[in-house]
Amino acid sequence: MDLTALPLAEIVAFNRPAIDWHGVAPELILLGFGALLTLVDVIFLDRARKISSALAGIALLATMVPILTLANDISDSGARVMFDGAYVIDEFSLIMKAVFILSGYVVILLSTNYIAEGDYWESEYYGLLLTSILGMVVMSSSRDLISIFVAFELLSIPSYMLATWKKRSLESNEAGLKYYLMGVFASAIMLYGMSLLFGVSGETILTKVNASLNVDPLSGEALTSSTPIITLGVIFVIVGFAFKVSAVPFHNWAPDTYSGAPIPVTAFLAVASKIAGFVALVQLVFVGFYARADVFEPLMWILAVASMTIGNLIALRQTDIVRLMAYSGVAQAGFILAPLAVAGQVGDQALSSVVTYLAIYAAMNLGAFAVILAAARKTGSTSLDSMNGLFSYAPGLAIAMTIFMFALAGIPPLGGWFAKFEIFFAVVEAGGTWAILLGVALALNSVIALYYYANIARRMWAEEAPNGDLTPIRVPASLSAALVLTVVVTLVFGFLPGAVSQFTDVGLIAGG
Amino acid sequence: MLLNQFLLLAGALFCIGVYGVIVRRNGVMVLMSIEMILNAVNINLVAFGAFNGTPIGSVFALFVIAVAAAEVGIGLAIVLLIYRNKKSIDFSEVDTLKG
Repeated sequence: MDLTALPLAEIVAFNRPAIDWHGVAPELILLGFGALLTLVDVIFLDRARKISSALAGIALLATMVPILTLANDISDSGARVMFDGAYVIDEFSLIMKAVFILSGYVVILLSTNYIAEGDYWESEYYGLLLTSILGMVVMSSSRDLISIFVAFELLSIPSYMLATWKKRSLESNEAGLKYYLMGVFASAIMLYGMSLLFGVSGETILTKVNASLNVDPLSGEALTSSTPIITLGVIFVIVGFAFKVSAVPFHNWAPDTYSGAPIPVTAFLAVASKIAGFVALVQLVFVGFYARADVFEPLMWILAVASMTIGNLIALRQTDIVRLMAYSGVAQAGFILAPLAVAGQVGDQALSSVVTYLAIYAAMNLGAFAVILAAARKTGSTSLDSMNGLFSYAPGLAIAMTIFMFALAGIPPLGGWFAKFEIFFAVVEAGGTWAILLGVALALNSVIALYYYANIARRMWAEEAPNGDLTPIRVPASLSAALVLTVVVTLVFGFLPGAVSQFTDVGLIAGG
Repeated sequence: MLLNQFLLLAGALFCIGVYGVIVRRNGVMVLMSIEMILNAVNINLVAFGAFNGTPIGSVFALFVIAVAAAEVGIGLAIVLLIYRNKKSIDFSEVDTLKG
């Protein structure tokens, strides 16, 4: 091999690329507050405990400011592109950033009392949470294999530590261990796929990778079907992210991790972390692999149908509500993967249906975890029986939980129906035998899911409270705020679907 | 061109690593197997980078090395926690969560 062929001269003559400071302002603010939080903790020690959750909340609200100004700016002047297209700020990325920041804010509201009362390390908790959210915010703008990989690790590594947060509890250790092993294994496989794709194209920027997937790497002629190295690369990368979104058959970690981790962390993993996996998948499918629809569409079809069906069937026989939510999350992941299986035919429509679903999913799932958290404050358990008779002693919580359950099941007029409708519409629009079969699977699974969601509602309204104990639950202010926020969003998205589709009706992602 | 040999080596390392992650029950051995997959990735990246005549491959490999170090750091911390609580790092004994 001729090493002199390497263009070393270009490396020496390095020019710093222009940085769009307004464009990266959300990331910089999060980074600054994360560092500040750690610093405050080191300097003030125990006195910092009182302000750390407030500081983290302020950090997220402050991050929303540049996101709003950027949204205003790009609606006038179009997407902002940095580093030759490796980092793009467009409509899609800003919407996903806002979803991450707001769900992060709700998670902080959930954590405030739970972490303070449990004799845990507090400031580090919020520092890690902010770091993980920073990774997600970076992920929504990454249009390059290296930045996707770095963002993926930046959001994953802190969440391994958050899952292990109860240091002395074996359950929490086990939750963290399983999550860590699966996560690291998945990212290693994803990296192997990325290395193959890099080998084919010699580029890491997604648009350039996409262009080279149309060309035979050896002969330089246009490809009519895939070559083995491209197929392997695409499959490995998608499988890596399928672990993150807990799609069957890569879902085994989810129920164990969710039930062992502290509940606010579970909510964070089930919502923010899962959405981040989907954001990466959407970017890869719509920007990086779009030319190879013949490879990713069958794979997505299998993942979607398997996740929906197996997730729902196992959820039917769960006796623990957190494990039930984990399996229902697996099934929901199947729903969100479905439009990606027809992405080649319907393009934009599949994209906006996924974005709609992700935004609504965040609200209703976080809300459900907020109720579980509140109920566990009294019962101290997360078994399904502990939900019995909730209406008789905590009517507000029971009504909120009923709203979330029926929203997750997709009953009009609650938020979930519009999300499911959009997905169903995109799949049917694609046409063809496979798309119709996928539509049938979606419809059947909505019915199965309704059974176990409605069963939780039945327990709350019709059953007797365990031991006839009717002492009301004292819900702390921050938890109530989280509940009000998620209920309002779920209802608004359901009654006024125009309000959400106005934001989520994004065009194909700008690739730079 | 030597590319094939590098790719075969990387492929072999990848397979050994995947086998190790699935079969080994000892915590430290699993971590080593993961490292092996990541090294397969690095060999691929550097070989492809040289083959395509671009420094991007080596840059990517540097990122992988740095992140892998952070990841294994966390992994060892978790294994250490489990050792403290259980006096064993055999993963098949870590099975309290079921259902």
